[in-house]
Amino acid sequence: MTRTRKPGISRRSTLALMGAGAVTFATPWVARAQAKTIKVGMPTILSGRVAQLGTSSRNGVMLEVEKVNAAGGLAGRQIEMVIRDSKGQPQEAARVARELVNTDGCELLIDAEASSGAFAVHEVARDLGVLCIHTNSETSSLTADPKQHIPNAFRTARQGVHDSIVGGSYAAAIAKAKGLKKWATCSPDYAYGRDTTGEYVTYLKRFAPDVEIISESWPKLFQPDYTEVVTKILQAKPQALYSCLWGGDLTSYIDQANIYALFTQMEVFAVNMADYTALTVVKNLPKGIHSGNRYIKTYPATAENAAWGDAYKAKYGEYPTNWSWENATAIMLLAEASKKANSADGKKLAEALRGLKIKSPFGADGTVTMRAEDQTLIGYAIGWGTTIPQEPYVPEVKPGDWKTILELEAEWKKSKGYT
Amino acid sequence: MDLDTLTGCLASSACLVTQTTSGFIIGMLLFLVAVGLTLIFGVLKVVNFSHGAFYMFGAYFAMTAYQLTGSFALAMLCGAAGTALLGLIFERVFMSRVYGRDVLMQVLVCYAFVLIFDDVVRMIWGPEFKSMGMPAAFQIPPLFIAGGVVPPYYLLLIAVALVAAIILGLGLARTRIGKVIRAAAHNPGMVSALGINTGLIYGGVFALGGMLAGLAGALAAPVRSLTPGMGFSVLIESFIVTVIGGMGSILGALIGALLIGMIRSFGSLGFPLFTEGLMYLFMVIVLVSRPTGLFGKEVA
Repeated sequence: MTRTRKPGISRRSTLALMGAGAVTFATPWVARAQAKTIKVGMPTILSGRVAQLGTSSRNGVMLEVEKVNAAGGLAGRQIEMVIRDSKGQPQEAARVARELVNTDGCELLIDAEASSGAFAVHEVARDLGVLCIHTNSETSSLTADPKQHIPNAFRTARQGVHDSIVGGSYAAAIAKAKGLKKWATCSPDYAYGRDTTGEYVTYLKRFAPDVEIISESWPKLFQPDYTEVVTKILQAKPQALYSCLWGGDLTSYIDQANIYALFTQMEVFAVNMADYTALTVVKNLPKGIHSGNRYIKTYPATAENAAWGDAYKAKYGEYPTNWSWENATAIMLLAEASKKANSADGKKLAEALRGLKIKSPFGADGTVTMRAEDQTLIGYAIGWGTTIPQEPYVPEVKPGDWKTILELEAEWKKSKGYT
Repeated sequence: MDLDTLTGCLASSACLVTQTTSGFIIGMLLFLVAVGLTLIFGVLKVVNFSHGAFYMFGAYFAMTAYQLTGSFALAMLCGAAGTALLGLIFERVFMSRVYGRDVLMQVLVCYAFVLIFDDVVRMIWGPEFKSMGMPAAFQIPPLFIAGGVVPPYYLLLIAVALVAAIILGLGLARTRIGKVIRAAAHNPGMVSALGINTGLIYGGVFALGGMLAGLAGALAAPVRSLTPGMGFSVLIESFIVTVIGGMGSILGALIGALLIGMIRSFGSLGFPLFTEGLMYLFMVIVLVSRPTGLFGKEVA
């Protein structure tokens, strides 16, 4: 008996086709990997209260993408950025990230979300296996916690613990020199404010053990009026005040504290002051506020950094933010990694990124390194100085010492059970 | 809870003066916003959810006028007059169409305008936050009264708000227009039958409410950062004030706003982690014991 084949597609080949289709749809970036341009997806915050930072992230990326494309692209493939608004909502950030990869065919992700969104996008990267660079989240655990570790996710943002070590040691030196023992804190009441203040105080007390926190204030995020917070601090009569308020909240606070002459009555340490978004907005910036550098074109005091800040301003009409340099760094690293790997393939890029050291206008010694062990950026310029009301705003920055930072960071990781 | 600090403060004249004026500042600005809200509700029977937007526009108008002219007085005037005009147009073109409709319909229209107004501000002034800056005349050291710290600008702010409260109270109680407004609140049909243009009254009241919120925004502009959406948190507190004071009562709004100011000011000393909660707790107590609010029976 002979078996006759019916014309058309057999059941077996239908199944095979369906299977192939399913694989293709499930991992679309594989199917599109040979396309000439390479699409890079970028969820960020383009509307709402922190839209300014999202926009500055986009600008930072675009400034560098244009240079990379002009120089031939990533291993010969022109970069096409696909940038979407997450509205600052974590679930939206995750949805957008997934859509960018699965529907738009993006082969790489630049996650320009704040911390809340970054953790959500991180899970998408874990799920899809696509190369993802977190550019804005400073929450240390994102890369420090081994539970979060995935081989395809990197971070080019600063890290909270680095800032706290440098800020704490800087403040302790001044506390010792000026005899500042009574301290107050005033920070926004959410995860970032609480964590950053906690870490800062830990290192301040470590370097200056006789410091005592006599008053704490936790105003709401985006609180319009700080009068009761200002007067409470005045009543407590501290010798120094630490705050990690940022953006519009910080400028409101300064305006309101200014008319109570608070800044003449105590030393003020505001980690987020030295960012152009705040520096250029405050009309009566008090002299002598201690601040960490966020982005400032005069620190590091190199021609490269000044040129980068000026080029950004010439193109976008305003100075870069902290988020701008962190995003620009992601593109700079990708460009170097693609040269090293001679490929724009996500896996090969990830391999090349591990331990990659590149020349950078934002490096403490002119270079930054993507540390291999936890895939986060080190060696970036980090320091503290005091403000003046006009440019260059923070004329002298005392640099943090990366040797100390790395030693204390290792100790901190151990204390957290991460290593 | 930090009751030692609170009792320590109550025993010290310096602390009492500082915290009481601090309570007045918070309270009086809140009063200007809340009184417009309560006035509009009293007469028009509409809960204006978009009221916070007038506070926002007042601040932006004042900042722009200040940047263009450098005159603080003109900035305040522009903040108040600009929002009055905006209120009038908003009421005549949109709100007047939803009077007597389902409450949900009114709320939806107002909420739509909260979003629209925020976007309008974003388009005109940009999404980033702005600061107007303190006029040079007020960049002077604070006064020390009985050891307490009182910034001169805040004295002006309290004075302006008090004057507004007095003019409003007397105007409604003593003048003919005030009587017509109160009559329209009680029985608009009768007022209309007497040949008085109620549409004009409604428009006028809405403009007045908008103007007061705009004035609050203008007065706050030198010390608060300006950003699209800035009216929202002020609106929430204004609602608490009107619930405590009683919807429709001007005296209630004044007392409610000052109470909230004092709760924030002294609460931040004694209950630093529960200052917000204290405000809501007080509102709940008032709602349970007097559901119409402290002065709820009085109608504007």
